[in-house]
Amino acid sequence: MAQTLYDKLWQSHVVHQEDDGTALIYIDRHLVHEVTSPQAFEGLKLAGRKPWRVSSIVATADHNTPTDHWDKAEGTAAIDDPIARLQVDTLDANIRETGSLAYFPFKDLRQGIVHVVGPENGATLPGMTVVCGDSHTSTHGAFACMAHGIGTSEVEHVMATQCLVQKKSKAMLIRVEGALGKGVTAKDVALAIIGKIGTAGGNGYAIEFAGSAIRGLSMEGRMTLCNMAIEGGARMGFVAVDDTTIEYLRGRSFSPKGDAWDKAVACWRTLVSDEGARFDRVVELRGDQILPQVSWGTSPEMVVSIADNVPDPAKETDPVKREGMERALQYMGLNPNTPIKSIAIDKVFIGSCTNSRIEDLRAAAAVLKGRHVAASVKLALAVPGSGLVKQQAEKEGLDKIFVAAGFEWREPGCSMCLAMNADRLEPGERCASTSNRNFEGRQGPGGRTHLVSPQMAAAAAIAGHFADVRELNI
Amino acid sequence: MDKFVRLEGLVAPLDRNNVDTDAIIPKQFLKSIKRSGFGPNAFDEWRYMDVGQPGQDQATIAARPKNPNFVLNQPRYQGAQVLLTRANFGCGSSREHAPWALLDFGFKAVIAESFADIFFNNCFKNGILPIVLPAAEIDALFAQVEATPGYQLTIDLPAQAVIRPDGKGIPFQVDAFRKECLLNGWDDIGLTLRHADKIRAFEEKRRIEQPWLFA
Ligand code: SF4
Repeated sequence: MAQTLYDKLWQSHVVHQEDDGTALIYIDRHLVHEVTSPQAFEGLKLAGRKPWRVSSIVATADHNTPTDHWDKAEGTAAIDDPIARLQVDTLDANIRETGSLAYFPFKDLRQGIVHVVGPENGATLPGMTVVCGDSHTSTHGAFACMAHGIGTSEVEHVMATQCLVQKKSKAMLIRVEGALGKGVTAKDVALAIIGKIGTAGGNGYAIEFAGSAIRGLSMEGRMTLCNMAIEGGARMGFVAVDDTTIEYLRGRSFSPKGDAWDKAVACWRTLVSDEGARFDRVVELRGDQILPQVSWGTSPEMVVSIADNVPDPAKETDPVKREGMERALQYMGLNPNTPIKSIAIDKVFIGSCTNSRIEDLRAAAAVLKGRHVAASVKLALAVPGSGLVKQQAEKEGLDKIFVAAGFEWREPGCSMCLAMNADRLEPGERCASTSNRNFEGRQGPGGRTHLVSPQMAAAAAIAGHFADVRELNI
Repeated sequence: MDKFVRLEGLVAPLDRNNVDTDAIIPKQFLKSIKRSGFGPNAFDEWRYMDVGQPGQDQATIAARPKNPNFVLNQPRYQGAQVLLTRANFGCGSSREHAPWALLDFGFKAVIAESFADIFFNNCFKNGILPIVLPAAEIDALFAQVEATPGYQLTIDLPAQAVIRPDGKGIPFQVDAFRKECLLNGWDDIGLTLRHADKIRAFEEKRRIEQPWLFA
């Protein structure tokens, strides 16, 4: 019978299955960071259990590491916040005691956001199950992986057993046909999809992204898209293997070499949905009709295009939704029917596991080159996703473009995506952000987040308000 | 993990869609390396007028100004064990600190129209029962809770029913495996390790077929 990619990924990882469909799923790669792992390591120790296979573990510190003044003190002494420092030190101690395939501690050249670090080192390979105590683990689905976030109890469970207890999800196909227009990116596709299906639209589903617009995306773009599958309610999203996947992986540190490479590629080529495979739900979008997107509310589904106005709750018939819109507008300090382009911003953040890869920085730099951030913008931050991304960007001179335009060029980390470190919005401040969540307080209590692509963030930085990147001459 | 069999508890209504885990426990409290002590900061941004900091002692927290408009601050809902809410509860970050905070606050069951997947899973790992009911039932429950101070529901896990004070029983679904675990307070890891031989055999086969996965 014709199988979906999801069927294949699922089937190849079932260790044991109960009558009610509950299965033990084998985990190939376990990514670990400082915030969601300490309680798991502790639980393991308390129960006297040993980790099952430490060579599955790739670890780094990212969530609450600072992004500036790394050189002011040795090692983690450069972390001012004592509670954050304790967490990073705890990760250090845990990993050094347990062991791992790879560990990129604070300040290591290869340290960075866990979802940037895994793929760029070839630690994420097609056909793997990839888990991490972080919801944006869906990012790794770009490599045809079954990749999803887990809670801390599950982190402990994976460490102890190399397995997870799972039930198979339903399969959704999201097909985007037609080439994307100029200035339209994977981020815009992701936001347009969430705008269409809603933040709960993917609950209970695993999503496969397909169609010519998706095949046309680079691996960086596919990661951006799969990253946001979770914002559409799906634990995971993935893209089938093609030449783009394979070319990206060639020569990366943990990619197979020599004979093993050829064998692996042959195996990876099968990671596609068969002709005629059945999905539980199919959603279709036209890629050529997607415009640059800007979120206006406090949920990623509250999104419109740059050409639109802020929606009017009075036109919403569902009372719970209407109230949600009203509450969002109040929080965001916006009036209905305001043109998106007229909304002024205070800060700009280019970074996060959604948009901090080299391609994102190149795209933003192309907009910023020869231009300057508007005087009304208080802070514009560029935070590379990893030390390797930063190094590459500096080799290309992108850092100079950012700095000349008035951006701060920072050290890698999650930074103002979730504001666990010092990078954050003050109450009432409005930010054009390339991150993935615009929830209340996400970038700091009272902060107002608008989700956009890197190009659109750069365009907003220059204009001081949202602007259509397609109207700039680039 | 504590067992969950039958619960008779006061219900608190949180009438919102898309309550995310950042709202349930704001990120600054994730810096803890413990599993407990999150209750005083559950729904921190909605519950208090100031911004809570991690590591505050009990007296400091008790002295913080509370938001009188936030529903869980109302005297009639103190001591609630059942949280009633709308669609997509627990969306966003995978932090297990969210169910830890709810549990520490006193909630043992959450009734919603739908849940985000990861949060849903995390609840079971901590002995919280997440219950999905149809929108019409949820609407009716909201109306009853509002109208009736001291409104209690009985949740009968073996019978898989939510029983209203008027005697109406509303059936709900729960996976057989998860139900067993809750009823017995079983630790997942111990259960899984019963299959250790199978895991080892699977791993060996995989290591031979796709050695690059084990580099
Ligand atoms: S960049 Fe943001 S979304 Fe991504 S892992 Fe870090 S905190 Fe989470």
